Amino acid sequence: MKLRSLMLVSAAVAGLAGAAQAENVLKWGANRDIGSLDPYSYGDSFTINVLNHVYEGLVRYNEELKIEPALAESWEILDDQITWRFKLREGVTFHNGNPFTADDVVASLERVSHETSPLKGNLPAYVSSKVVDDLTVDITLNGTYPLLLNDLTNIHIFDKEWMEANDSLLPTDIGSGKEGFATYNANGTGPFIVESRQPDAKTVFVVNPDWWDTPKHNLDRIELTPVTSAATRVAALLSGEINFTNDAPVQDLPRLAAAPNVEVLEGVDLRTVMIGFPFRDTLVSGEPNPFKERSVREALYKAIDLDLIHQKVMRGKSRIAGATVAPPIPGYTEALDTLPGYDPDAAKALLAEAGVPEGLAFEFNCLSDGLVNEEQFCQAIASMWSRIGLSPKLDVAPRAVQTPKRTNGTTDVYTLGWATLPMLDAYSPLLQIFHTKEGNSGVFNWGGWSFPELDKLIDAAGSELDTPKRLAMETEALQIVKDEIIMIPLHQQPMAWAVTDAVTEMPLFPDNKPRLWFARVGSGS
Amino acid sequence: MADLSMTTEPTPVPAATPMPARRSRLSRMRDSDLWHSFRGHPSAIFAACLLALVALTALFAPLITPQDPYDLSALELWNAEIPPIWNADGQMPYLLGTDTQGRDILSAILYGSRISLVIGFASVMVALAVGLTLGLIAGYFGGWIDNVIMRVGDVLLSMPFILIAILITAVATASLPTGLKDVLAAPILILAIAVPSWVQYARTVRASAMVERKKEYVQAARLIRVKSWRIMLHHILPNCLTPILVAATLNFGLAILSEATLSFLGVGMPPDQPSLGTLIRIGNQYLFSGLWWIVVFPAVQLCLIVVSVNMIGDWLRDALNPKLR
Amino acid sequence: MLAFLIKRTANAAFVMLAVALLAFTIFRFFGDPVEMMVNEQATQADRAELRERLGLNDGFVTQYTRFVTNAVQGDFGISYRNQQDVMVLIGDRFPATFELVLVATVISLVVGIPLGVITAVHRDSRLANALQLGSIVGVSLPSFVVGIMLILAFSVTLGWLPAFGRGETVDVGWWSTGLLTPSGRAALVLPAISLSTFQITLVMRLVRAEMLETLRTDYVKFARARGVPAARVQWVHALRNCLMPVITLTGMQIGNLIAFALVTETVFQWPGMGLLFIQAVTFVDIPVMAAYLMLVSFIFVALNTAVDVTYAWVDPRLRDDTAKAGGANG
Repeated sequence: MKLRSLMLVSAAVAGLAGAAQAENVLKWGANRDIGSLDPYSYGDSFTINVLNHVYEGLVRYNEELKIEPALAESWEILDDQITWRFKLREGVTFHNGNPFTADDVVASLERVSHETSPLKGNLPAYVSSKVVDDLTVDITLNGTYPLLLNDLTNIHIFDKEWMEANDSLLPTDIGSGKEGFATYNANGTGPFIVESRQPDAKTVFVVNPDWWDTPKHNLDRIELTPVTSAATRVAALLSGEINFTNDAPVQDLPRLAAAPNVEVLEGVDLRTVMIGFPFRDTLVSGEPNPFKERSVREALYKAIDLDLIHQKVMRGKSRIAGATVAPPIPGYTEALDTLPGYDPDAAKALLAEAGVPEGLAFEFNCLSDGLVNEEQFCQAIASMWSRIGLSPKLDVAPRAVQTPKRTNGTTDVYTLGWATLPMLDAYSPLLQIFHTKEGNSGVFNWGGWSFPELDKLIDAAGSELDTPKRLAMETEALQIVKDEIIMIPLHQQPMAWAVTDAVTEMPLFPDNKPRLWFARVGSGS
Repeated sequence: MADLSMTTEPTPVPAATPMPARRSRLSRMRDSDLWHSFRGHPSAIFAACLLALVALTALFAPLITPQDPYDLSALELWNAEIPPIWNADGQMPYLLGTDTQGRDILSAILYGSRISLVIGFASVMVALAVGLTLGLIAGYFGGWIDNVIMRVGDVLLSMPFILIAILITAVATASLPTGLKDVLAAPILILAIAVPSWVQYARTVRASAMVERKKEYVQAARLIRVKSWRIMLHHILPNCLTPILVAATLNFGLAILSEATLSFLGVGMPPDQPSLGTLIRIGNQYLFSGLWWIVVFPAVQLCLIVVSVNMIGDWLRDALNPKLR
Repeated sequence: MLAFLIKRTANAAFVMLAVALLAFTIFRFFGDPVEMMVNEQATQADRAELRERLGLNDGFVTQYTRFVTNAVQGDFGISYRNQQDVMVLIGDRFPATFELVLVATVISLVVGIPLGVITAVHRDSRLANALQLGSIVGVSLPSFVVGIMLILAFSVTLGWLPAFGRGETVDVGWWSTGLLTPSGRAALVLPAISLSTFQITLVMRLVRAEMLETLRTDYVKFARARGVPAARVQWVHALRNCLMPVITLTGMQIGNLIAFALVTETVFQWPGMGLLFIQAVTFVDIPVMAAYLMLVSFIFVALNTAVDVTYAWVDPRLRDDTAKAGGANG
């Protein structure tokens, strides 16, 4: 029954779109495809970002990136301080016509926090939830926790009946050898409906005429095409085959800006690019690990000419960073944002003093499909390190290949970009990167470090409901991170989107996420 | 793709035109014929000169280039993206400009050609050695040995050449630790290109060996207990050298192309020891940024090398094919 | 004939079993499938449990048998990267690759055959020499360089043709075709040209060689003597004689073109099987790699067997094994 009604809906919508084909189409050329139509089976910010057009959370970010009600209309913390009560919006329907109720919220939260869910780390404090009435839900946490709303912005709500009908109440278990229904079918409450999807080729979204909110956009259709080659993306934009890209290559910006029909939207991303060190006893090669010494880490820091990378590799578009979080992130202070100064001679002296052998070889793990110009800045840094007498072995490969090595500790030095998403708070890197690895903490602590004093501060901040107090603790923790040089911050990377003149409105967000429900295209494009 | 260049024109089946056993004088004559034919072919002369020039500059690259492009500490980011010397912003000593890491393009091309030539040559040699040995064994002994060798060959030929090569490099690079991967990148490529191409040689030799071994002189040699490897080496092998020489030359061009293709696809040489294909792959990202020299010069060099090898191979085939004379 | 047919089929089946063994070995021993499947928080116990559930602890023969049994039924499992059924993924892209290969083949015949005839008929003329030289350049240009240059010229500089993708496609049953829409046809032009460059020279050289032989036969000389116009003899009588080898070559080349399309597809971001395979290689997505290998080999082997059988049917001498052993090798 459910399945048929969904098919009817999408058939009707497809017919509509077919009839109105000359209407407002946003042709989005992205640098990669989404991994799945199931946001819970693929823990990846871009996938979640795109699927946010189809699925929505209880709360969402507005145009100023402030949290506002979405599927929940209001909320309160109950007297026990650990239970949050959400009042849900009335009259919302899923794309298949099913009404949105408290059951859906509970089923979705159970699904996302199931132990096989790759996304369970995005909801770290969650313990359980229960239906109070049709439009009221209680969520119980493991303690006082100030950032639940931030977390919930990216927890998409599924239709329980739809999941039951399609055997998708649990996240897709790839080990079972069966594909999940939600991997290539979607049914949310959001402003757009998935019309068709061909992995790596094209995913088409059409407008949801029954969206509960008043649309600011005027799009009828979004065609998402992954164009992985940067050069091809530029060519496609110049020729109008696509009219929007959320990843305009930095080196091509002058050319794009000079083109009469293209507008470049530039900004500095919240994402801080960092280099992480191993804290294990030995390197992958079996040699003793010198990076456990603070002075060695400092030497590598001083050997990097941040300004040169800023100018040449990032073409002056990045923001050199001294802190591990960007200025707009709560917890940041200017005092954190100081630089050690480029000094290769001092670096050499530090290495000699620490007794690091000349020509010490170690692996330097970078992604070929990761950060902005990652391959280039990794090569540049490798060359800077080799000039102070080290022999970094550059290992560049796609994320899917590198991630297992990073998480298993079968590599040494590595890159990491952290935008504090979706939390937009310094607590995010502190908990997920800098905390000792245990339970839901330190998931991205790939180097295996442990600073008990730091952990204590982070844990305290994690249960402090008083915001100024919490931020002070976070700042203090960030200062420890900085003093210990657990990671080297390089820069906040540039972000550049580009649109053709067919697009009249495209707000650029500092978290580098397109929110196309704010976009408008000129009619008849 | 491996055996295509051979199927385009019927290769002379050596067995069909039995040659006298005494070869040395004949081959000398043939060589002089070849020399005549060579002098009459301006394109072949041109190709040979060009190839010699490329080979020499590649061989002596360390002596003539301003920079060792593989030495990370010699790269200076300040010198990145300098255009070629004839451009107003050009700078000595970067005749053909620099890439985005400050690597001198000319040096990178010469070192890259070196890698491309060495990999191409070595893979042909490995394939030849394996192919000739297995072909001789199969043809001479026959029976189950023959069966096994030829079946393995059938399986290899039933998969497209490029696919086998990609699989071998992909498997090898994914299963090796990073340190070894860099060291072994070139040997892996050589192997990847050689594995699917030995079959062609083996088949040619086998056909020849099967015919020869029935001949009286081989039977006689057997009777007087001349070792079988001597028979093979002295009687069978020389008879099929002509088609094998042609095939090897054409395969040399093909091997260089394959290496470039694999590196372009990202499963070949790593970016810190770039071959011509790697350079093109890297340069391709800057195609529209105005940095055309990063991609165009390596591409031109690659085409020049392969065109000249193929010209020589083409001339060789015509010159050695009795039917076309 | 029947015996021959059975023998050839058995042969093909053997080859496919061997390819399957290779695919399986890669599948099983290249990278740890468990490592690729679990998420980063999985414990050692989780991994062991998954290993048992996937049957990775069974004996080699058991696992191989299972792999082949599943493969025969078209079941290659789930892609690690897209989490979709591998055969569905490949099936979705097959039309894109097939249309590209088809159009490239047509181009190679339409351009290659006349060029071959011209170079043979006007042997040693300046035009023929230039074309011969051109054909050497044609086989020597790496197809990715050709592709890049085409994009630079026709997409970036002139803006005439699209640089990537397939344009609009229309579904005809399960087959999605780009041939029925203007944007689909425009998108096909550059990739097809780039893929056919090599094939054109191949056809041209084959036609030239065959024509040279045919023109020397008595049959052609007799026709000339009878007063049939030269052009007619060359373009009709002689050419007809050369077509069989050309058709054979074209048929057997389709497998190679499908494989080689992966380079073209990478350059033009053409959403076909080859691009899927290359992405699978960089992501170590083993099920997709294994399935692609098996499928392309199957097409290859099937075409070769078909050609062999057809030939044997046309020319009964080829059915005899002894004649084959001494003769040419296909």
